Amino acid sequence: MSVWSCLVNRVPFAVAALALLAACGQPSTPSSGPARTALTVFAAASLQPAFDKIGGKLLSTQNIATTFSYAGTQTLTTQLTQGAPADVFASADVAHMTTIQSAGLLHSQSVLFAHNRLEIAVAKGNPKGIHTLADLARSGLVVVLADPSVPAGKYAAQALAKAGATVHPASLEQQVTGVLSKVTLGEADAGIVYVSDIVTSGQVDGIVIPENQNVIADYPIAVLKSAQNQTGAVAFVDLVLGTEGQSILTAAGFQGV
Amino acid sequence: MKRTRVPPAIGLLAGLGLLLFLLPLAGLIVRAPWNQALGELTDPTTTTALGLSIFCSLIATAIALVLGIPLAMILARTRGTLRNILRALTTLPMVLPPVVGGVALLLAFGRRGIAGALLYQAFGIQIPFTTAAAVMAETFVAMPFLVIAVEAGLRSLDHRYEEAARSLGAGYWRVFTRVTLPLLRPAIFSGAVLCWARALGEFGATITFAGNFPGRTQTVPIAVYLALETKPEAAITLSLISLVVSVAILVGMRDRWLGAL
Repeated sequence: MSVWSCLVNRVPFAVAALALLAACGQPSTPSSGPARTALTVFAAASLQPAFDKIGGKLLSTQNIATTFSYAGTQTLTTQLTQGAPADVFASADVAHMTTIQSAGLLHSQSVLFAHNRLEIAVAKGNPKGIHTLADLARSGLVVVLADPSVPAGKYAAQALAKAGATVHPASLEQQVTGVLSKVTLGEADAGIVYVSDIVTSGQVDGIVIPENQNVIADYPIAVLKSAQNQTGAVAFVDLVLGTEGQSILTAAGFQGV
Repeated sequence: MKRTRVPPAIGLLAGLGLLLFLLPLAGLIVRAPWNQALGELTDPTTTTALGLSIFCSLIATAIALVLGIPLAMILARTRGTLRNILRALTTLPMVLPPVVGGVALLLAFGRRGIAGALLYQAFGIQIPFTTAAAVMAETFVAMPFLVIAVEAGLRSLDHRYEEAARSLGAGYWRVFTRVTLPLLRPAIFSGAVLCWARALGEFGATITFAGNFPGRTQTVPIAVYLALETKPEAAITLSLISLVVSVAILVGMRDRWLGAL
């Protein structure tokens, strides 16, 4: 059988398969309201619980289907500077947003939309009796932090310095959610994460870090120049900054602006 | 005999396939910060990661040799369903996504894992986040390469040499060390080199099971991944070193050794 006849024989199947795929891709919602558009949001890993809800809200109210790429802010920054296509970028610190701005990738000035504080995550019931940052320096304790290149890791290092504690971490995770999962799985006794991580996880206990040792994380958001869906991107940012978005963020443990 | 001409379409597709391999290599070489390479090479992060990678991968290969050769011997002796099950089990890590392997290792040997919990409660030993965890992750992922190579070698072995030795009065261990192992040398060698190369490149299982800490669990692939976000020059330099090592392995093995597979 020649290559051609082989191809020709397969064509009807290919057409059928494509038709099936196209059918799957059709929006399932009724045609009332605006046509469905797609949106890509790059967001710091710590934002996942809140942003998933905001994305759901955007879909139900404005028929905008958001795809999120959650990772450590530093990972997202690298991807964006390497040309990854996205509409919105939400960072866990100002420094990485500045990097994106300096690279000329922003469509408009970024705005702060939330703040977050640090807390110590420990196993439910705090079996190791951890009460302060200084306790993390105790020998025999398995402490996991985010890598200093990750915003949460940078903030954690600042907080530990303020408390004058020298911690020997067992691992430096690539994103703050990695720290949380190591504590949740019971592999680590403690880790420094955001208050929002503890509020939304529900599987660990949080030990409050006093104000004078804590570090406040600022979260800026911006529409990217490469945005394929400018309207949707602006709608997303507006929703995040609006009353509804702010209350979702507050419920997830963030502090509004 | 006249050879059939290859249709142009095949040649074109083959060329595209080759480009897919060639272009990334070219990218590494073209974009390498050659003037900084020496500086990066002597950077403590680089040397620490390299040292740890070499250490872990060699230990992993040694463990794979000690455990893998006997495993291959059992595999080569079994037949039927048992053989298929054993085979599937030993080759599973080759097809399993390494991150999944890491999760599985965590659930088995972690502090709350089915075996790790006993270890922790009885002796206070915690495997994750240690160099031992990095070695275990590498062994888990790389040992199948050795087992498969040695099993293939055993199956194609001419057993008459062993029978002759035995008929002359040699005991089991004497036959094994003096006849079987020397005959298996090419298979063991190629299997060990492939196993070592795979261990050296291990990323997913290691970062999941062992975490990331310089000098303890941060091997070269993890250092490359992290450096790409903070110091791209260091990432490219480390990648180049890995490339050189891989090429050296291929050149060193040549067809003779690879042919034993």
